[in-house]
Amino acid sequence: MSATIAAAAPPIPRARSPRELALSRFLHRPVAVAGLVVIVLFIAVAAFAPLIAPYDPIATSWTAIRKAPSVAHWMGTDENGRDVLSRVIFGARASLMAGVVSVLIAAGIGVPAGLLAGFAGGWTDICLSRVVDAMLACPFLILAIALAAFLGPDLTNAMIAIGVSTAPRFMRVARAATLDAASNEYVEAARALGNPPWRVAFRHVLPNIVPPVLVQGTLAIAAAIIAEASLSFLGLGQQPPAPSWGSMLNAAQRFLSQAPWLAVFPGLAIFLVVLSFNLVGDGLRDALDPRRR
Amino acid sequence: MSGNLGGRIAQIIPTLLLVSVLVFCLQQLMPGDPAMIMAGEERGDPQVLAQIRAELWLDRPLPVQYFHWMGNVLHGNLGYSWRIREPVAQLIAEKLPVTAQLGFMAFAIAVLIGVPAGIVAAVYRNKFWDYLANAIGLAGLSTPTFWLGIMLILLVSVDLGWLPPSGYVGLFEDWRQSLATTIMPAFVLGNAIAAILMRHTRSAMLTALDQDYVRTARAKGLSESVVVLRHALRNALIPVITLGALELGTLLSGAVLTEQVFSIPGFGKMIVDAVFNRDYPVVQGVVLVTAFLYVMLNLIADVLYVVINPRLRGA
Repeated sequence: MSATIAAAAPPIPRARSPRELALSRFLHRPVAVAGLVVIVLFIAVAAFAPLIAPYDPIATSWTAIRKAPSVAHWMGTDENGRDVLSRVIFGARASLMAGVVSVLIAAGIGVPAGLLAGFAGGWTDICLSRVVDAMLACPFLILAIALAAFLGPDLTNAMIAIGVSTAPRFMRVARAATLDAASNEYVEAARALGNPPWRVAFRHVLPNIVPPVLVQGTLAIAAAIIAEASLSFLGLGQQPPAPSWGSMLNAAQRFLSQAPWLAVFPGLAIFLVVLSFNLVGDGLRDALDPRRR
Repeated sequence: MSGNLGGRIAQIIPTLLLVSVLVFCLQQLMPGDPAMIMAGEERGDPQVLAQIRAELWLDRPLPVQYFHWMGNVLHGNLGYSWRIREPVAQLIAEKLPVTAQLGFMAFAIAVLIGVPAGIVAAVYRNKFWDYLANAIGLAGLSTPTFWLGIMLILLVSVDLGWLPPSGYVGLFEDWRQSLATTIMPAFVLGNAIAAILMRHTRSAMLTALDQDYVRTARAKGLSESVVVLRHALRNALIPVITLGALELGTLLSGAVLTEQVFSIPGFGKMIVDAVFNRDYPVVQGVVLVTAFLYVMLNLIADVLYVVINPRLRGA
C-alpha cells in the first residue's frame, strides 16, 4: 500500500548543483563548444603528430625548395625543402605546451600569493600587492623579452619568462576572489568553530576562487600561445630547426614575395588555436558567472 | 582632489622603487660575467677584468651596487651601451619619438574603429550588428600582431604595391612619406586595442543606456541619435578613455613586434636588437623607462578620470 502511494507521488526534481548548472550553460553556447572541439582537435594533432604528419618536420630536401602547395605537399615546402604541413603539425606541440606550461607556472606562483594576500591582509597584502603593481608596470611582452634575454633563448626559458610575467594577473584575480569569498558567513562560521587559518583558507576559501581562476587560466593560455609565438618570432623561443609557428613566420618573412604560403599557414594555426581558447574562456566566464553579460 | 592626488603620487613611489629593484635584479639572472663580455678580446687579462669590475662597481656588495646604479638613474644616467658606447638615455631619447608617433597613430585608429563599433554593438544589443562587432573584435584579439603585419605587407605592398613594405621616414623630413611608412604598422598596432576599446565602449554604453536620465531624455521626445550620442555616450566615454589609457602597455608590447615586422627603427626594435647584441644596459634601460612611462600614464588616467567626472570632484 505505502509502496503504491510512493510510486504515485510525483518525483521531487533533484536540485542541480552549481557545477551542473554551469556545465549546462556552457554547453548551450555553440561557439564556446565549437572552440572546445577545435582545441581538442589541436591537442590530438599535437599528441599524434608523428602518426599524422606526412613527412619528417626537420628533413630537408634540396629538390623541393619553396614549392607551392600541391598534392604531395598540401601546404607547400619551405626554404630548406621541408614540408610545411608536417612542421605546422609538429609546431602545435611547442605552442600548446608553451601555453599550458607557462600558465601552470603563472597560476602556481600567482594563486598561492593571491590567496595569501587576500586571506592574511595587512602588511602581507600591502607588500605583495606592491610587488604585483611593479611587475604589472612593465608591459607584459617587454618583461617576457627581458627575462628570456637574460635567461638565454630557448623554449623552456620562454615558458618561464611568460609564466613569471603572467603570474601577477593570477595573483590579482585570486586575491580579489579570496576577499570576496572570505566575506561569506560560512567562512566566518568556519573560523568561529576554531579551524586553523590554513584549513579555512584551503578548505573553505580555495574552492570558491576556482571559477575565476579557471576563466583567467583559459584566457591566459590564449595570451601565452601568442606570447610564445611572439618570442619565437623574435628568435627568443623554440630554436631552429625544431618547428614552432612563431619561428616559421620569422623565416617566412624573408620569402614573402616568392613563397607567401610560408607565412599563411603557421599564422592561421596560431589564430585558430588562440581564437578557440578565447571562445572557451568567454563561454566559461558567462557560464560560471551568470550575473555578468 | 588635491589630497587624493597626493595620495596617488605617494602610492607610485614604492611601485617605482620596486620596479627599479626588479630591473636591477634582471642583471643578476644574466649568464656569464659582464666584465668578461665587456673585456672582449682582452678577457684573458685579469688586470683588465679587475679594472672593468672596479669601473662598473661590480666588485662591491649587491646593495651597494644597487644604490650606486639607482643614484645614477636618478641623475638621468642609465649607463652606457656596451656595444656602441653611447649613453643609454640618449639612445632611448632618439628612438622614443618614432615609437610615440606610431603609438599616437595607432591609438587614434583604435579609437576611430573601437568606439563607434562599441556604440553600434550596444545600441543593437543581441542583434546582428552586435554579434558582428563582437565577432570581429574577438578575431582581432586572437590575431597575432606580427602575423597581421606580415599578411598586410603581403596584400598591400607585395600584391597591390600601394605602400612601402618596410622602413621609416621621419615626420619632419617628409610628412607624406612618413605617413606612408607608418600607416600600415599603426593599423596593425591599433587593431588589438580597437577590439579592447570596442568591448569597453559596449559595456559602458549598455550601462549608460540603462540609466534614468536616458529614459528621461527619451520621454522628452528627443530623437534616438541625440539620446545615444549626447546623453549616453558622454557618460560612457569616461571609463572608456581611462581604460583606454591603460592599453599603453599593449601598445608598447605590440610596438616591439610591429617595428620588427616593418623594420621601423623605434623603441621596440631597439630592445630586440639589444637582446641579440647582449647589450644588457640597453635592455635594462628600456624596461625601466617603459615601466616609468606606464606608471605615469596610469596616474594621468586617474587624474583625467577625476577631472572629467564631476561626481568625483571635491572628494
